[in-house]
Amino acid sequence: MAAAMRLVNKKIFTPGMGQHYLAFTTAAQVYSAGIKASQALPETVKIVEVGPRDGLQNEKVVVPTEAKINLINMLSESGLTVIEATSFVSPKWVPQMGDQVEVMKGIKKKPGVSYPVLTPNLRGFQAAVKAGASEVAIFGAASELFSKKNINCSVEESLQRFDEVMKAAKEAAVPVRGYVSCVVGCPYEGKVAPEKVAHVAKRLYSMGCYEISLGDTIGVGTPGSMTEMLEAVSREVPVSALAVHCHDTYGQALANILVALQMGISVVDSSVAGLGGCPYAQGASGNVATEDVVYMLHGLGIKTATCITTRRDGQVTKMSCRAQRRT
Amino acid sequence: MLATSMRRNHCGSMWIITEHEYPKFVKIVEVGPRDGLQNEKEIVPTGVKIQLIDMLSATGLSVVEATSFVSSKWVPQMADHTQVLQGIQRAPLTQYPVLTPNMQGFQDAVAAGATEVAVFGSASETFSRQNINCSIDESMLRFQEVINAAKERQIPVRGYVSCALGCPHEGRIEPSKVAEVAKRLYEMGCYEISLGDTIGVGTPGSMFKMLQMVKKDVPIDALAVHCHDTYGQALPNILTALQMGVSVVDSAVAGLGGCPYAPGSTGNVSTEDVLYMLHGMGIQTNVDLNKVIEAGDFICNALGRRTNSKVGQAKSGTL
Repeated sequence: MAAAMRLVNKKIFTPGMGQHYLAFTTAAQVYSAGIKASQALPETVKIVEVGPRDGLQNEKVVVPTEAKINLINMLSESGLTVIEATSFVSPKWVPQMGDQVEVMKGIKKKPGVSYPVLTPNLRGFQAAVKAGASEVAIFGAASELFSKKNINCSVEESLQRFDEVMKAAKEAAVPVRGYVSCVVGCPYEGKVAPEKVAHVAKRLYSMGCYEISLGDTIGVGTPGSMTEMLEAVSREVPVSALAVHCHDTYGQALANILVALQMGISVVDSSVAGLGGCPYAQGASGNVATEDVVYMLHGLGIKTATCITTRRDGQVTKMSCRAQRRT
Repeated sequence: MLATSMRRNHCGSMWIITEHEYPKFVKIVEVGPRDGLQNEKEIVPTGVKIQLIDMLSATGLSVVEATSFVSSKWVPQMADHTQVLQGIQRAPLTQYPVLTPNMQGFQDAVAAGATEVAVFGSASETFSRQNINCSIDESMLRFQEVINAAKERQIPVRGYVSCALGCPHEGRIEPSKVAEVAKRLYEMGCYEISLGDTIGVGTPGSMFKMLQMVKKDVPIDALAVHCHDTYGQALPNILTALQMGVSVVDSAVAGLGGCPYAPGSTGNVSTEDVLYMLHGMGIQTNVDLNKVIEAGDFICNALGRRTNSKVGQAKSGTL
């Protein structure tokens, strides 16, 4: 289902936007006349639950292995079909994921549920497969500076590293999901060009990733910038292979997800209890909460395969928050 | 041109086919000093209220709901209504509507210098009885009195319909009932009808259905949405309303005002978060977001609590 989108009048952003967050929302000097959209909403949306990985990775408290395993097991029972379990990044960089092997081996894998894990390089991939992983994910960035600061290499160099992982994954018949971070804005570069996002997304897709998750890493996106970016990306990658990974740092996540749905996207990443703050803005929120996403989707009559009942939902939320030692 | 249609597919889920243009300009109706503070546990000193309103006036907001002329027996937080209205420094292009539930309240408001008033109807019979102690029909009679008196003085009246997307007592509310009440208020003489999701249970699905019904009876440019963020749905609900042609949005600085029906939950949507979204879409508001954040910081300090606005929370961390 291709969206028919037309952006009437381009926005002009103030020069030197740099790092000032308000620049992402400065009133346009030239009015952007509006966005025409003609789109049917998807019947079903796949939720990719990233709480145990993206969520816990960004929490200050390091959660005990047992609690992580319990969380994942509970999530498995809620009907979710994809639960990102852990990350095979060196514990030197991400201590919260130091127990990756124990978590992977300790969880009760439910039939029909996938448990992807992050693998930044070949070494991580090999360790993941050895620990029983049957799906992996790789993380590119649409911003050069973010790539350098985050994984210590350029975007091009990271794609070459991922190529190795892709080859090994193909041989092992392990599906690979690709992430693109900073799809709307970067904490270092400011606004990110939609064409750059499209370029990186296309590369990952052409390399063999079955799905590309587009991440608004610092949550600065709005329905305006989100639409612009998705328009550019969907020219290069089929909409059915796209997902959105919205952060709620400025409260925009659900509105951004709604426009993504209106453009034909039917895969949404979210995190139980909105786990995971924003490492770039202390005290700010981070991942969008799975509960809030599911509430919206069900209210739209969209199926999600999760049965988030109040009780079950409350249990999962309480348990994950108890593990964090907060209410 | 707006062309909106909806059909259900064979599985029963809702497919929305929309063709929409967003409004060029959205008017923000700032309800923090009234709806916000009315629902805060802490009673804020008169001086602080006045300062808050003055700060909000300096942001460019064209409407700041100042106070409520309800009996202080019921709403002690608004007991200083006369002092507040007389104490604020009115910006030349800003309106300061006040709530007036009945003739007594209206007369007090006029005596205190009010130049715009608001009346509060409900789409739910039970909520009407529990909240203002009378049926919807009885409340309409009261409001007619107020509106007639206001007409004589050329004082504009804004109408609110609460429980537009759900009621804490009755549960689901039929869109046709919302339309009926909105139509009555509009025909009685209210220049604008604000449709309130009082307990924040609405989603883009129910917002769509409700607005589709209401706009058959009330012109779209006379409609406003007043969304609560109790379930985190306020911004997508507002976005849906904008897609359907609504161009007036109520919000509260710092997301003031919890939900009296769900302790611990959030209530009003934050003005800051709404502005962030609108500006990011290139929609003009004439409101300075930075100054709203400052006003939010001020009132949260006075209340001794954290802002409910995500933009406000992120700003203190500063990306």
